[in-house]
Amino acid sequence: MSGVRVLVGTRKGAFVLTSDGKRGGWEVAGPHFGGWEIYHLKGSPADPNRLYAAQSTGWFGQLIQRSNDGGKTWEPVGNKFVYEGEPGTHLWYDGTPRPWEFKRVWHLEPSLTDPDTIYAGVEDAALFRSTDAGQTWEELSGLRCHETGPNWAPGAGGMCLHTIIQDPVDADRMFVAISAAGAFRTDDAGKTWRPVNRGLRSEQIPNPTAEVGHCVHRLAMHPTRPKTLFMQKHWDVMRTDDGGESWREVSGNLPSDFGFPIDVHAHEPETIYVVPIKSDSEHYPPDGKLRVYRSRTGGDEWEPLTKGLPQSDVYLNVLRDAMAVDSLDPCGIYFGTSGGQVYASADAGDRWAPIVRNLPAVLSVEVQTLK
Amino acid sequence: MIRVVLPTHLRKLAQVSGEVQLAVPGQATQRSVLDTLEAAYPMLRGTIRDQVTQQRRPFIRFFASEQDLSNELPDAQLPDAVARGAEPLLVVGAMAGG
Repeated sequence: MSGVRVLVGTRKGAFVLTSDGKRGGWEVAGPHFGGWEIYHLKGSPADPNRLYAAQSTGWFGQLIQRSNDGGKTWEPVGNKFVYEGEPGTHLWYDGTPRPWEFKRVWHLEPSLTDPDTIYAGVEDAALFRSTDAGQTWEELSGLRCHETGPNWAPGAGGMCLHTIIQDPVDADRMFVAISAAGAFRTDDAGKTWRPVNRGLRSEQIPNPTAEVGHCVHRLAMHPTRPKTLFMQKHWDVMRTDDGGESWREVSGNLPSDFGFPIDVHAHEPETIYVVPIKSDSEHYPPDGKLRVYRSRTGGDEWEPLTKGLPQSDVYLNVLRDAMAVDSLDPCGIYFGTSGGQVYASADAGDRWAPIVRNLPAVLSVEVQTLK
Repeated sequence: MIRVVLPTHLRKLAQVSGEVQLAVPGQATQRSVLDTLEAAYPMLRGTIRDQVTQQRRPFIRFFASEQDLSNELPDAQLPDAVARGAEPLLVVGAMAGG
């Protein structure tokens, strides 16, 4: 019997939501780590019982938790994140240099093939890797030490590395995204990196087409098409079909092309999902209607998905890591809101229903499809 | 034995209830107490002081015998009542956040 496990990180703890393959009834377990911010938790594709969670507060700093039983029990593992060498400086909001300083882990990305290998995207922006199941962490410093690093600056939420995508075909290739530096790619397993932002245009920076400085909110890839990536930028929805060498805008008829998450249907590589948000200062949906937008054409042409979603007086946000898909058929789509709801659709977005309504503000949603 | 009272979240993390009692070698200072505490409970590393700089985290305070010891030097001797175990060293999460 197949099943689904939804991993939810919130401002005040982690929750594990489980259902069978019909995705009609749900069990809610948690909070785990009550009172702590859980920016992200994710399971290993190679061992679905192996989960990792990023746990932090402003009082007690960063912890990493590991589970070997699908989230029933957890144990703290290594939490020493030290930049390699002399960290140097990046730019602060006012344009002055500021020393790199570790603040928190935003995103955990387990290896596609090894349950003991995991990547961590952190603030201030850097990429770390553990090959011993989270006990120790080493920085892949070629990214932070890129020649453009001293010119990177934070977005409003901090200078965070929030997206990590491993190429399922080429094990040496990986993409990351940093707010507000942009997208970067490695072709040598993380030793060296280069910006891949050609085609992006951001009017909020002095040179709108600069090599770095773009506030990329999220990247998504379908595993069968690793050269095609979709991007929700601060403003604009973009796509590339050449591994980031060039991007083109596919915002099309969206009511707003500002937003945070973007994801791809598990079985249809040209079907993508976004949640339009009114603007960078008004972090809620246009017209007070919670609508997911779906494109079946890889962008440009979008349709609103509203059945089961509130269509009046909605003034909440959906954060960049708070949307995910399962791999059942039909594909399930999930997202969490700053109002504490987690919505699910078991039919690729046609109809929606809340799994839970009153969690703390949701920071992240991940889904595991269990065989 | 030196007595240490941890804030709720750290008691849960360390899986202890009530006070922690530590046999601290040498002089009782913030550094020696925290070194002993972290050796006994490695999951607390990084939660009270930075793992690299060993600086107290900004929202952590140290109180004992009705005194705020937070800004004392790490190697300053703790009050005699703490060293004798008559009073606990309180590790406190500062009031912050409204």
